[in-house]
Amino acid sequence: MEDQNKLINEVTQRDYRFGFVTDIETDTIVKGLNEEVIRIISAKKDEPEFMLEFRLKAYRRWLTMKMPEWAHLKIPVIDYQEIIFYAAPTQQAKYESLNEVDPELLRTFEKLGIPLEEQKMLSGVAVDAVIDSVSVKTTFKETLAERGIIFCSFSEAVKHHPDLIQKYLGMSVPYNDNYFAALNSAVFSDGSFVYIPKGTRCPMELSTYFRINAQNTGQFERTLIIADDDSYVSYLEGCTAPMRDENQLHAAVVEIIALDRAEVKYSTVQNWYPGDKNGKGGIFNFVTKRGVCKGVSSKILWNQVETGSAITWKYPSCILAGDNSVAEFNSVALTNNFQQADTGTKMIHIGKNTKSTIVSKGISAGRSSNSYRGLVRVAPKAENARNFSQCDSLLLGDTCGAHTFPYIEVGNSSSVVEHEATTSKIGEDQIFYCNQRGISTEDAIGMIVNGYAREVINKLPMEFAVEAQKLLQISLEGSVG
Amino acid sequence: MLVIKDLYAKVEGKDILKGINLTVNAGEVHAIMGPNGSGKSTLANVLAGHTNFEVTHGTVTFNGKDLFEMSADVRAKEGLFLSFQYPVEIPGVSMVNFLKTAVNEHRKYHNQKELSAGDFLKLMREKKAMVQIDSQLTNRSVNEGFSGGEKKKNEIFQMAMLEPKLAILDETDSGLDIDALRIVSNGVNMLKNKDNATILVTHYQRLLDYIVPDFVHVLYEGRIVKSAGKELAFELEEKGYDWIKKELGE
Ligand SMILES: Nc1ncnc2c1ncn2[C@@H]1O[C@H](COP(=O)(O)OP(=O)(O)OP(=O)(O)O)[C@@H](O)[C@H]1O
Ligand SMILES: [Mg+2]
Repeated sequence: MEDQNKLINEVTQRDYRFGFVTDIETDTIVKGLNEEVIRIISAKKDEPEFMLEFRLKAYRRWLTMKMPEWAHLKIPVIDYQEIIFYAAPTQQAKYESLNEVDPELLRTFEKLGIPLEEQKMLSGVAVDAVIDSVSVKTTFKETLAERGIIFCSFSEAVKHHPDLIQKYLGMSVPYNDNYFAALNSAVFSDGSFVYIPKGTRCPMELSTYFRINAQNTGQFERTLIIADDDSYVSYLEGCTAPMRDENQLHAAVVEIIALDRAEVKYSTVQNWYPGDKNGKGGIFNFVTKRGVCKGVSSKILWNQVETGSAITWKYPSCILAGDNSVAEFNSVALTNNFQQADTGTKMIHIGKNTKSTIVSKGISAGRSSNSYRGLVRVAPKAENARNFSQCDSLLLGDTCGAHTFPYIEVGNSSSVVEHEATTSKIGEDQIFYCNQRGISTEDAIGMIVNGYAREVINKLPMEFAVEAQKLLQISLEGSVG
Repeated sequence: MLVIKDLYAKVEGKDILKGINLTVNAGEVHAIMGPNGSGKSTLANVLAGHTNFEVTHGTVTFNGKDLFEMSADVRAKEGLFLSFQYPVEIPGVSMVNFLKTAVNEHRKYHNQKELSAGDFLKLMREKKAMVQIDSQLTNRSVNEGFSGGEKKKNEIFQMAMLEPKLAILDETDSGLDIDALRIVSNGVNMLKNKDNATILVTHYQRLLDYIVPDFVHVLYEGRIVKSAGKELAFELEEKGYDWIKKELGE
């Protein structure tokens, strides 16, 4: 535990060291959604014509679409005319001091070992000091630039690398893919852009932590990652601190393209505000994440630990187009109190000898609902495709629900698709065994749950793994009495 | 050390313990024998604080403190150890991590500094030698895939790590091969001193050759119906329980 705390401190200190930028201009705010709003967004961002067209096309399509209703979720009606679709990413102080912030939230920060200044940032308290991060940022950028790696905000990429954007935007997630993807395509604010040139191994984990100016990209984030032939990159998204956000609706899009023999590892720790114990408030998280293994022998890995949001609707997927390509989805989704999650993946096998693996670990507590939804589709031409799916559900208590919805479509006879599913209850006897060795019930649950999720957590980069473990434990506090 | 007075307990609405009286002093070894289903494990679980069991009457003091005022983990940290008849598996939780947490929770409770990783591993090596447990086992998840005998050995290894004041060994001997029985018994004997006590739950006199009891009790239908010295175990081995039932007028 001591080692872990130290590590967590280190991790969060570093995060702190890179700091946040608070000095961002405020801008006009427009409420509601129509073509005019989209033109304003595009104009304010000084976008080239093709971007505006992309947005308008998406908007017009969105108008004809309906909110998906197939998920095992109860989603309240969302009034899109009440949403502000363009606000410059400001860091407006909501509070004068930490004393005004929800003490529960502060307790969690403390447990995660988040430094004080950062606690203020995250909970929206006015911060005077901007930590000097320029030098670190510069070294970091230089290292990447030397190798020709592009890592910048999406807006910067549109300005400086429009050719890449034009070529790849919408390749994984077309503007008309689904209701939320269309909405995102119309109004997305900002996000990250990554390009790894041919034959290049990115020498460090790329993390949203490093992306100083795009820190607060708001509700409609868009990320595009392109790994050119024979390249490798590991990308980390998220933060274990429970981010307070006044925006209820989040509809992000992440696109990954892996070319010949390229490998992309995308790890997420999602801990958006889940709402309070009574199910009040919390983020609605409707994300579209998809990777295309476009090249031969390419590889895409989705690793995720999801503990936040009131509603999660998320299916990081892979299209295995290139022959011999490989995809993995490793997920831990934890729901507590009144949280609802409908999450899973889609593995679409198109190329020959393609291989996908799905490991999904659901953990439900309180009165929450946790569903796994997975599609494995093997196209007729995808000879010798292989899929293995393992979907486990762990229940804490008997007021929560876990559901598994596997869909399997195999279009040829040389392919093998295997699916295993288990549902278990956290054993009273396991908890008692820990108790009997002097371990409190709270710690015991954390330990057992982490043991259950071990297989997935081990796939995360080291520093993320340590944070994720702590996070699972904290998210379950008070869930078993 | 342990004083049980007129203890009644039930599980799932069924009365299992029906008036247990037992006093265990420091330095003593007590053996509890009795037919299947008589309530031996129930007694062990009630003492250790399993919430499945409801105490309906009676008192238990442990080192002068009211045992029922303490949660199960506090009882453990106060020095009560139970070697389970059926140790559970905890997948994905490594033995090392599990024991390090356990040992340090004990130390914190007693206001001692937590052990560093190095010191902990040293302690573990020492105790592993004592019960001759395979290193392979301690590198695995808690009890996961352990054989019956390995699980029992692992219980005694944990006991050695935690050095309890009162150890309750629930059928630790069943499932052990002849060599393992000797090794485990030696371990228990080495851990014995004038300040701690042991309660052995067993069906076989054989164990008592290795760990010699000061008292042997017969638990029958939720009550201790007979107590005597170690010779009682021989008598039971020879004659079974029928004569006791007869004595009770059944
Ligand atoms: N969780 C439970 N639910 C229902 N009945 C139980 C439970 N635990 C124990 N019992 C019952 O209580 C009685 C006593 O069981 P206990 O395990 O204490 O016996 P024991 O003396 O340890 O037997 P053995 O020698 O076979 O280990 C038995 O009839 C058993 O079926
Ligand atoms: Mg028993």
